[in-house]
Amino acid sequence: MAQNVLKAVDIKKSFTGVQALKGVTLEIRPGEIHCLAGENGSGKSTLIKVISGVYTPEGGHVEYDGKSYKKITPIEAILNGVQVIYQDFSIFPNLSVMENLAFNTELASKSKLVNKKRMRKIAEEAIDKIKFEVDLDAKVGELPVASKQLVAICRALMFNAKLIIMDEPTTALTRKEINALFKIILDLKAQGIAILFVSHKLDEVFEISERFTILRSGELVFKGNTKDLDDKKFSYYMTGREIQIEPFEPKLTKQTKMLEVKNLTLNGYFYDVSFSVSKGEILGISGILGSGRTELALSLFGIRVVDSGIIKINGKEVAINSPTVAMENGIGYVPEDRLTEGLFLQQSIGDNIIISEIDNLTGKFGILDERKQSEEIQKWVKELSIATPNPDNACNTLSGGNQQRVVLAKWLARDLKVLILNGPSVGVDIGSKYDIHHILKKLADSGLAIIIISDDIPEVMSLSSKILIMRDGKISNTFEPSETTIHEITAQMV
Amino acid sequence: MSIRLKKLLRHNEFYIFVVILLLSFLIQSRSGQFYTPNNIVDIIAALIVPGLFAIGAFMVIVSGGIDISFPALASLSIYTTTRILVDIDYQGGILLPLVLTIIFGAVLGAVNGFLISRFKLQPLIVTLGVASMFRGFMQGVLKSVQIAVIPKGMSEFGTSSLFVAKNMETGLTSRMPTAIIILIITLVVVYFILNHTMYGRGLYAIGGNEISAERAGFNVKRIKFFLYVMVGIISSLAGLIRVSMMTQCHPTNMLGMEMMIIAGVVLGGVAITGGAGTLKGCMLGTILIIIVQNSLILMGIPTFWQGFFLGMLIIVGTGVSALQVKRLNSPKKGKGGDKYA
Repeated sequence: MAQNVLKAVDIKKSFTGVQALKGVTLEIRPGEIHCLAGENGSGKSTLIKVISGVYTPEGGHVEYDGKSYKKITPIEAILNGVQVIYQDFSIFPNLSVMENLAFNTELASKSKLVNKKRMRKIAEEAIDKIKFEVDLDAKVGELPVASKQLVAICRALMFNAKLIIMDEPTTALTRKEINALFKIILDLKAQGIAILFVSHKLDEVFEISERFTILRSGELVFKGNTKDLDDKKFSYYMTGREIQIEPFEPKLTKQTKMLEVKNLTLNGYFYDVSFSVSKGEILGISGILGSGRTELALSLFGIRVVDSGIIKINGKEVAINSPTVAMENGIGYVPEDRLTEGLFLQQSIGDNIIISEIDNLTGKFGILDERKQSEEIQKWVKELSIATPNPDNACNTLSGGNQQRVVLAKWLARDLKVLILNGPSVGVDIGSKYDIHHILKKLADSGLAIIIISDDIPEVMSLSSKILIMRDGKISNTFEPSETTIHEITAQMV
Repeated sequence: MSIRLKKLLRHNEFYIFVVILLLSFLIQSRSGQFYTPNNIVDIIAALIVPGLFAIGAFMVIVSGGIDISFPALASLSIYTTTRILVDIDYQGGILLPLVLTIIFGAVLGAVNGFLISRFKLQPLIVTLGVASMFRGFMQGVLKSVQIAVIPKGMSEFGTSSLFVAKNMETGLTSRMPTAIIILIITLVVVYFILNHTMYGRGLYAIGGNEISAERAGFNVKRIKFFLYVMVGIISSLAGLIRVSMMTQCHPTNMLGMEMMIIAGVVLGGVAITGGAGTLKGCMLGTILIIIVQNSLILMGIPTFWQGFFLGMLIIVGTGVSALQVKRLNSPKKGKGGDKYA
């Protein structure tokens, strides 16, 4: 059997007393597609930095092609064929594709002067390796995300790479771009280059990986073939607890229509959209990036005012032309990027929870009533089990999942009729994700109408009582979750 | 051809150039005094010192930093040089003063470079503090006073000229100072460094993304350190020329120039966030500021309006490019619509 391209044995590393890696072993064979998974804080980034020479491990050793190292510098890692493509791609947005590609080689050869001719040749050879067509004089900052990633891949290939490590490679890509990327990766595999994906969720990477290594709290919990792994086992290894995925069955049936829209149109984004959500229902809306799903949500919340169509709340027609009107009519919206759009991160958890109902928490003369406030805060911290020792702590001390709960609490503190969530579990790890799902199901059963917008198909499947697929700004299909499969939905999206 | 034109239209340098032309035509039509040999020479002579300062400020801004200590640095460096030479009663040519200012400039620039590269401190804070220290050192420790008579070598260099331009109508004459050679040499050297050496591309790379630059293998610390050393040298040369041309050394004469210089650089299309901009743009921006300063008088506009016009130029000039960037980044509503039509 061929020797491993990389073998990290019994790696130990700690930071100021916290043991980030407690004796982890990772083996990568030539030309294999391997996935390193783990929740945030499981130690996967630390492990990557150890094998690429950024961190020196306190215990264990790393072998490249059988050569053993106790201590590695980044240069040694590169010379041994290890290349890391970080999530931000490490590119220079202000410089040309040519310079981005040629810098590393030019610097490695210690040239002092710029030789445009030689740099162009280097760049041409680099893009030729994956048949990537791009204007070498274009500024990288002006290219689409997928092309930026390809620039980074081309650059990685230039050093006779034997192992390319990719950190969350599919996060910012559309399905079509992901397929293109996978084709390139299979090409690389055919050339004998091993690929290591680093991911904190079970996503597209799953389709293409052959072997998995899963870390939890700095320890190795699973090592083996992808075919021995299913959703349930994966979740268990990632979180360390059994997670039961049960499809959502609304307890409240035959209820009044809470939100009804007819022929909604926002020119350039979506056309003729009609649907309704009843009390106790969870409606899932899915579609690829650019299908109009996000704009639809923004229109329902009054951020982008529709050009034509009717919106009815509880049977009454309303013109939603600003978020204030939407809120007055009992609509709440949890944005996709909750960190920049939904929360005041520097402010306390408590203040974030009561911000949307602050007008109701006043005493005489409109002065804020502190007792009322703290009662309200305590209620929601308990209700949504937000993990914090003290609600006076700043919001940014919480993990992604708990921040999401604070955003939820903020809206639930108001008397809501319809709650719209855009990407309810983006950037949240599996454990928290299922907790959030559980909360949402409970809320629906207590009488709320919920709309979730997500491109995470398994999430939509397990959460919704009805699924709408958007394509090119139109509703292309409607599904009952019990009567469809993930593959059918995915096929409908592109 | 049309692609070329489009490219041209996207560059800030082009607009600055147009503004300079329009302004010069306006001044010419109002006074008839702009396109005269002596006025052109005057403007070029007035450009030497601010031009050198602007080159230094430009290099720092490209790297993503900012330097506001260069007038104080130049003052301290040239004051020390002049003081020493006067005290030893130096009678030689310009060579020794030149060497001394370069050494002092390098040493003082190294203070900035050391603090910024070694401790990764914010350049704005470091240079603000260093500027204050240099001023204090000069006035407190060196007990700086005006030096009315500077060494002969320096004043001869400052007053010597390459040629004299004469306005045939008015009979006014203007000299083209020999010091222009220093500006030209500096421009050529810096242009070469920025565009044809890996060091120069490294400055742009750091301005674009410092972490990526480190990962790519640029020695970021060393690049930054030598950047501030170089800027120290260039600024000190500006100080030497200023003192030589004025034939006296006034310790506080250059202080306060930093804002106008940085404004000129930014006006020339150099991104204040780093990574983008050209030497050409930097020079055009500085020329525009010099013309406004020197030529409003020709139009009979009182000098106290200068500040007003400069401020307006800066806001309009930088505002337009900021709006352009914003428009490029915002989604285009009309374009998406075609798909569904």
